[in-house]
Amino acid sequence: MTDAEPAPERLYRHTVPVRLAHWINVACLSILVMSGLQIFNAHPALYWGERSDPDRTLLSIEAVGSDDATPVGLTTVFGRTFDTTGVLGVSTDSAGRIHSRGFPSWVTLPGPQWLAMGRRWHFFAAWIFVVNGTLFATYSLAGRHLWRDLLPSWRELRGLGKSVVDHLRFRHPTGDAAGRYNGPQKLAYLGVIFGLGPLIVWTGLAMSPRMDAAFPWLSDVWGGRQSARTVHFTACVLFIGYVAVHVVMVAATGLWNNLRSMVSGWYRLPPPDPGGTR
Amino acid sequence: MIDRRRLLIQGLAAVGLGVLAGCDALSGDARVVRLLERAEQASRRAQRFLSSRTAMAKEFTAADLSSIFPANGTVNPVNPAYKALAERGFADWALKVGGLVERPRSFSLADLRRLPARTQITRHDCVEGWSAIGQWMGPQLSTVLGVVRPLPRARYVVFFCADADEAGATYYESLDLEEAVHPQTILAYEMNGGPLPIPHGAPLRLRVERQLGYKMAKYLMRIELRDSLTLIEGGRGGYWEDQGYEWYAGI
Repeated sequence: MTDAEPAPERLYRHTVPVRLAHWINVACLSILVMSGLQIFNAHPALYWGERSDPDRTLLSIEAVGSDDATPVGLTTVFGRTFDTTGVLGVSTDSAGRIHSRGFPSWVTLPGPQWLAMGRRWHFFAAWIFVVNGTLFATYSLAGRHLWRDLLPSWRELRGLGKSVVDHLRFRHPTGDAAGRYNGPQKLAYLGVIFGLGPLIVWTGLAMSPRMDAAFPWLSDVWGGRQSARTVHFTACVLFIGYVAVHVVMVAATGLWNNLRSMVSGWYRLPPPDPGGTR
Repeated sequence: MIDRRRLLIQGLAAVGLGVLAGCDALSGDARVVRLLERAEQASRRAQRFLSSRTAMAKEFTAADLSSIFPANGTVNPVNPAYKALAERGFADWALKVGGLVERPRSFSLADLRRLPARTQITRHDCVEGWSAIGQWMGPQLSTVLGVVRPLPRARYVVFFCADADEAGATYYESLDLEEAVHPQTILAYEMNGGPLPIPHGAPLRLRVERQLGYKMAKYLMRIELRDSLTLIEGGRGGYWEDQGYEWYAGI
């Protein structure tokens, strides 16, 4: 820290509620995804409609025994079958034992096949996820977070194409522009907060027989309970995809700076790039 | 600076690994399990608050019936007493209804068939994730309870079954009175227009259409009204509940 360069500008970027909600979400989503895959493993197939007719699967993961007694993991998606031995259908646990199961033990919670405990974790984390998400959405709507930080301007919407291309080239805003969320970033956050989040809760509730009795439209909108289950799973995959892109972007735009700002709130503006993108 | 940075990243990594890997160890800790189980009460209260007591599960038409209806759990009890009953077509079978009731009595299949019956085509949602649509027929549980007259102290209806698992634990289930007197809660002796098949719980099974499949006890032998569940078997209100599943299976 004895460098002669001018001290970079610091910015108080994330308020306490935003930081708190973010890290609660990290924990909840991890538990929800892993316990969700545990629950999925109890019946590793997806369907459309009300019923789960065994001859009409959209996706199925199975273990098929072979002559030498080593099973093969087969994943069938829209009628096309792939050998996924080692990951889907057949996988080894941390002790090296071979198991016939949908998703491998290293992505499920608990690791071994244990549906009852998977459900306990799932619904516990789901409650915190829903309360946390509701409080965060209320805070964003009632406070300034949504209007000041999340809603894109017309200019940002018009520049969306260019901004996406810049992202793909890993050319990121610097200087003052780096202190704000950019267009694609805002849309991604809005989509997750007000789209994907509510969608995954909705389709989760649509699978509940009691909720489905009281509010049949919960599952009717999707064409039935098994459709809702498929949408729930798809939303989970989209969540994983969102997190993957998010983490890559966090790493690409200054891992330490970004992490610190989500912990302490303080963000150091990257100095303006003379040949910058803005 | 570098140290703080390393500390933070290591801290986050440790928290992450702690959450992901440690959860396995936590699943064996009784205090943690008790904490997780609180979610069940939250779900039960919230669902009862949000939905009416009498909200009816969706009913379907004959065109919606599953061509194959999976049978789960026990599909053919090995209990010799049950086998003897099955060989005689359940002619000697009778459902004993007792406990905290004014007039305990037994119902033969013929007795049950004389009671007004309800027919419903409903979707069976298994805790594993699959769903199948079937048609069920039998008297409403409320009708049977009306005959034996529960005492005011009675809070739960407990169902005892003919089957046991390999370790010898008998299957049983329980409902509170609210779910027990719901119009779609029936004692089914018919499935898809024929006598209830043995894999599906012959001669009589419970249908509780607003909860998951494991609540719908098969091979019914005895029903008792009780004021508490703690003294029965594992004390958690059912065979599956004793294995860690939720007593409230509305979600």
